Amino acid sequence: MPIQKIENSDSIIPRKAGVPPGEGAEKGLLTLPGESEREIEDLAGATYLTTKLEKVVDWARGNSLWPLPFGTACCAIEFMSMVSSHYDIARFGYEVVRFSPRQADLLIVAGTIVDKIAPVLKKIYEQMPEPKYVVAMGACATSGGFYRAYHVVQGIDEIIPVDMWVPGCPPTPDGLMYAILKLAEKIKRGEIKR
Amino acid sequence: MSTLTKYSAIPYTGPAPTNRKPYVPADAAAHDSRGEEIAAQIGAGNVEQERGQDLPTFAVDKNEIVNVLTSLKSAGFTLPLDLWGVDYPNREKRFDVMYQLYSVEKNERVRLKVRVGEDEAVPTSSRLFKGYDWYEREVFDMYGVKFDGHPNLRRILTHEAFQGHPLRKDYDPAQRWLLTEQGVAKLEPKIDERYKNEDTDFERVTLNLGPSHPATHGTLRIVVTLDGEKIIGADTEIGYLHRCFEKMSETHTYQQVIPFTDRLNYCSAIINNVGYCMTIEKLLGIEAPARAQHIRLMLSEFMRISDHIICIGTNLVDMGALTNFWYLFQPREEILGLVESCCGARLLPTYTRVGGLAVDAPSNFLENSQRLVDMLPKFIDDVEKLVMTNRIFRERVDGIAPISAEDALSYGFTGPCLRACGIPFDIRKASPYLGYETYDWSVPVAEGGDTYARFLVRFEEMRQSLKILQQAINRGLPPGPVIVDSPYVALPPKEKVYNEMESLIYHFKLIMHGIQPPVGEAYFQVEGGNGELGFYVVSDGTKNPYRVRVRPPCFPIFEAFAEMITGQTIPDAIAALGSLNIIAGELDH
Repeated sequence: MPIQKIENSDSIIPRKAGVPPGEGAEKGLLTLPGESEREIEDLAGATYLTTKLEKVVDWARGNSLWPLPFGTACCAIEFMSMVSSHYDIARFGYEVVRFSPRQADLLIVAGTIVDKIAPVLKKIYEQMPEPKYVVAMGACATSGGFYRAYHVVQGIDEIIPVDMWVPGCPPTPDGLMYAILKLAEKIKRGEIKR
Repeated sequence: MSTLTKYSAIPYTGPAPTNRKPYVPADAAAHDSRGEEIAAQIGAGNVEQERGQDLPTFAVDKNEIVNVLTSLKSAGFTLPLDLWGVDYPNREKRFDVMYQLYSVEKNERVRLKVRVGEDEAVPTSSRLFKGYDWYEREVFDMYGVKFDGHPNLRRILTHEAFQGHPLRKDYDPAQRWLLTEQGVAKLEPKIDERYKNEDTDFERVTLNLGPSHPATHGTLRIVVTLDGEKIIGADTEIGYLHRCFEKMSETHTYQQVIPFTDRLNYCSAIINNVGYCMTIEKLLGIEAPARAQHIRLMLSEFMRISDHIICIGTNLVDMGALTNFWYLFQPREEILGLVESCCGARLLPTYTRVGGLAVDAPSNFLENSQRLVDMLPKFIDDVEKLVMTNRIFRERVDGIAPISAEDALSYGFTGPCLRACGIPFDIRKASPYLGYETYDWSVPVAEGGDTYARFLVRFEEMRQSLKILQQAINRGLPPGPVIVDSPYVALPPKEKVYNEMESLIYHFKLIMHGIQPPVGEAYFQVEGGNGELGFYVVSDGTKNPYRVRVRPPCFPIFEAFAEMITGQTIPDAIAALGSLNIIAGELDH
């Protein structure tokens, strides 16, 4: 079945050979989130496309995040729920959980960070290769939560930059899933540059 | 629903608030007379009995404490349950160092108090009871009380750059100290003489497992020295999740502490809620209504199953059996769904209140429970069949990381890990609460104390919990309210608050001034997922607890871990760690 070309959209516009690039292609904008199937179908039917290289790279990065769970407390249990059978993050393609910072690009800080583990978190963040993204999961990682205490870091942005905050104590697995999808959107839109 | 009248009479006719009155336990007289017998047995000259307490309590001079502990140990008090401190800054000798011992044979407890001033040191009892090593370090860390002759008296929960002693009353709860990477201390494990092999061809390697390691479920640090593959020395470091539970409790009201208790053992949060609320209820001299108790019991048992599911599932992941984890998480989600239907929260529900429950369970609670009870045995049987007869699995757990019953007692083991050593100690049988004595069930024990025995005990405990649950469902929920009818403890219903002056006042008073229990101290224990979960609360009659001490079951269990894995290999150590079910929130409070 021939692939239908979508005119005047903001997507990566595939072109048949010999057809000059139109206005949409010059804009070189990426697809809106949720249209990735169409993108791939479009690419499959195309012989070439015109866009900016970094847009394609961002699109690829957003669709294949490899998370490193830095799980310290209760949120880590909800992270486990998210990767396991019931919620199943694999439906979106983010299930390649890596415990080595060298192999991951998404740091999920799940749980309270206390002063004793803060240098460890910083070191792990530094060990991750660029580009890297950070999700602060739950109230404790975001702001210290209700632990306004002598041994608790009041939000991990004291130590490392954060791209996405997830509210909740602990956030539900769907909450965390939503945050990762939002982060992927941000990456695909090219909003995060490292 | 209460009836609403335009001009309502005062709805409550019970006793007036108990502000600043002394706490008198119901069974104080029995404890006093039993205390006299114990004092006579161990030599009455050494100790001074304190009367009117909820346990036989003795004040001991600091120079006598080792002698008293020795004679108590020979009198059968072989399980060192807890050692903690309390600070009274206005007293001449400001610190109370408290000891609690338990006798498995006689099923009784005894509490000792040693009063010390700021610069005084207490002789160490860590040679008598292995478990007191870490407890003494904790008291030193939190209060600055020194212990003479302690082998390794350094900070345990707070970090290396920490200044001061946070649980002292004059320490600002929010005062933090910065730790940088340069400040992190290097750990060098002491090599066990038994495994010291000078002729080895292998180079010795010291390896760090954690604090961020896939197999350490939470944040633990284990440092091992390897000779080839064999661990010849191990050391552990904790405190990577020290969230200051005890100091936070002192800055919040009694009701506000309940959410903090959820986050101790977050795999079985409702059991913690129940333990804390029942301690305060003991102090107030009230009892939750029958309906609340029944729901508490059922959810506690569901939480115990969920706790064991996480333990078994993640332990099997560490051994490469990922299927079981995914398979077992399905019924666990259903259990969390049941909790969610009761109170709206999944993992950390904060469902109980002092005096009962926050809200009533939904009308289909029993049906949903029955569905779960019907569904769970298949999952448990399938996993048990899959792993317990599997030769690869058996070779990785049989005889691995064993601990003898004497050592387990000396460390202060409780719960499934102690029962895996053959000692049938379960709080639900030993001192029943919530009506456990009226159910027909048994305490599973296994022999050997190795990883395999711990697996066996956990599998069987889930079945026993299901047995209790089936009986509880058959009995049905008792009718009636879910919280006591006392406006000094429980908030009046909202529709009354909006329509009655008296209820509005009670509501305001309870929100602003909180629950004010009588002045005194109380200890209460429940059977948590990992063992005895105890709360010790000191009340000074104000809205904030003067001191809340949690007795975390993981703490002594993880203390023994270094000794248990010495002589094993790294994969065995990982398998053993999973089977102990260390929950960092509880371990580090």
